Amino acid sequence: MSSEEKLMENFMRKIEAEEKIEPKDWMPKAYRKNLIRQISQHGHSEIIGMQPEGNWLTRAPSLRRKAVLLSKVQDEAGHGLYLYSATETLGISRAELIAALQDGSAKYASIFNYPTQTWADVGAIGWLVDGAAIVNQISLQRTSYGPYARAMVRICKEESFHVRQGYEMMIALAQGSPAQKALAQDALNRFYWPALMMFGPHDSESAHSARSMQWKIKRETNDDLRQKFVDQTVAQIEFLGLQHPDADIKWNEETGHYDGGELDWDEFYSVINGNGHCNRQRIEHHVAAHEEGAWVREAMQAYREKQRNKAHKQAA
Amino acid sequence: MSVVLNNTAILEYTLRLADDSLILGHRLTEWTSHGPFLEEDIAMSNVALDYIGRARMYYGYAAELSGDGKTEDDFAFLRDEREFRNLLINELPRGDFAYSTVRQLFIDVFNSLYLPKLMQSNDETLAAIAAKGIKETRYHLRRSRDWTLRLGDGTAESHKRMQKAIDSLWGYTHELFELDELEQQLADQRVGVDNTALRAEWLATVESILSEATLTRPNDDWVVKGGRTGYHTENLGHLLTEMQFLHRSNPSCEW
Repeated sequence: MSSEEKLMENFMRKIEAEEKIEPKDWMPKAYRKNLIRQISQHGHSEIIGMQPEGNWLTRAPSLRRKAVLLSKVQDEAGHGLYLYSATETLGISRAELIAALQDGSAKYASIFNYPTQTWADVGAIGWLVDGAAIVNQISLQRTSYGPYARAMVRICKEESFHVRQGYEMMIALAQGSPAQKALAQDALNRFYWPALMMFGPHDSESAHSARSMQWKIKRETNDDLRQKFVDQTVAQIEFLGLQHPDADIKWNEETGHYDGGELDWDEFYSVINGNGHCNRQRIEHHVAAHEEGAWVREAMQAYREKQRNKAHKQAA
Repeated sequence: MSVVLNNTAILEYTLRLADDSLILGHRLTEWTSHGPFLEEDIAMSNVALDYIGRARMYYGYAAELSGDGKTEDDFAFLRDEREFRNLLINELPRGDFAYSTVRQLFIDVFNSLYLPKLMQSNDETLAAIAAKGIKETRYHLRRSRDWTLRLGDGTAESHKRMQKAIDSLWGYTHELFELDELEQQLADQRVGVDNTALRAEWLATVESILSEATLTRPNDDWVVKGGRTGYHTENLGHLLTEMQFLHRSNPSCEW
């Protein structure tokens, strides 16, 4: 057995035994690459996700909602930070991650290419988008890479709070004036399907799934996770007194799950491929902020060097 | 009767402080997702949250004092531009990172002197709000001071931007240290603070930070005033239009 084979055997033994892989452990190149792709994509989603909700920060309809929304958007920035840090343990720098986001070689969740047109969209995002994300993230608390799993534990705590806040906002709207209830229904109609698509393509179509499952980066399949979300959402929609956006939704006695209509995958791929309302805007916003901040980062560096030189002179 | 009159005066005073905090907090939220890097984005949102939180405490107290069923949101969302009483410096646009840094420095130094005095107010609620606020302000000041040093003594470009921001903002700092009749009366009753007495120390602190940052204190050759009488710059109307539209378009709704 070559030394590479031995390392691989040891790696697979750990995976099988549910031991975490840590940054200094040996890992196959493809495992590292796959993790960088997945964790950075997750981090980019948190960062780009600040924009659609941030779109309502200056217009929130009460002081309480304004404070809650700001604190939520700030949490997302914090999640982005943990996830970038987890990615950096794999030997890639923050600058490289940002460059990949900006040149389009790294992806972010396509849900954020949809516009937030009304205030109710902020509630729908908290409830449905964070709700879908958390179904995935709970499962990722058991992912095989240690830093990713630990980041997920922390993120899940905050995300579950966001889901409750989003749902509570939907309750206020659904129980409010007819105009408010209509806003809630409209937001649900627009965000329900894209939220289901957040789980990714069907298992049979998923490019990365099989190997990620084998290495326990992913713990449950796209379709299984999506089904969980569909099941939990039915009662929530009923409680709000809103109409389910899927006319075909039906309880299946045999499987113990809800069956729903087929998703419009053409639309999904069309948005991923650049035809969403906000694809260009989101990246341009990120690039503009980054470029506008360049002089600040340069000044910080220059100041640090000046201070270092001063300290050297004093020491000498 | 005198108690009622005093309540009206304290209500008016509290609203002024609330407006200062809300308008500045609102301006700071405009930085979210626009920060120069992620850690700084988070820090700016933190400061914004502190100010919005402070505004809510002041408005909450104002609602209590008004005793007519008004809520914090009635004050924030249903008053017009002429009724807002914030000092002008708070409503100026967010500008670039240098501009926001200098504004924060000026206000943080001011609050680091003002809030300890307000903590001694005979009014227990105002004193309690100040006691919470000073803890936040100490952290804010550490930040704005550090950034002033870094940017003032960083690159030629950052130095230029900082000096420009200082020169653009200086004329708005004077009204921080003025008292009208109502404020004088409350200062005499040891409910409010005598802001005029704070200027010397404010100047000394600001000058020392600017000089360490290789920046220059401008001359006092221009002065813009009017916030406390509702005589605002053109910026406030636009800010309120954006902030209030949704609340006003659905009157009497719960959110």
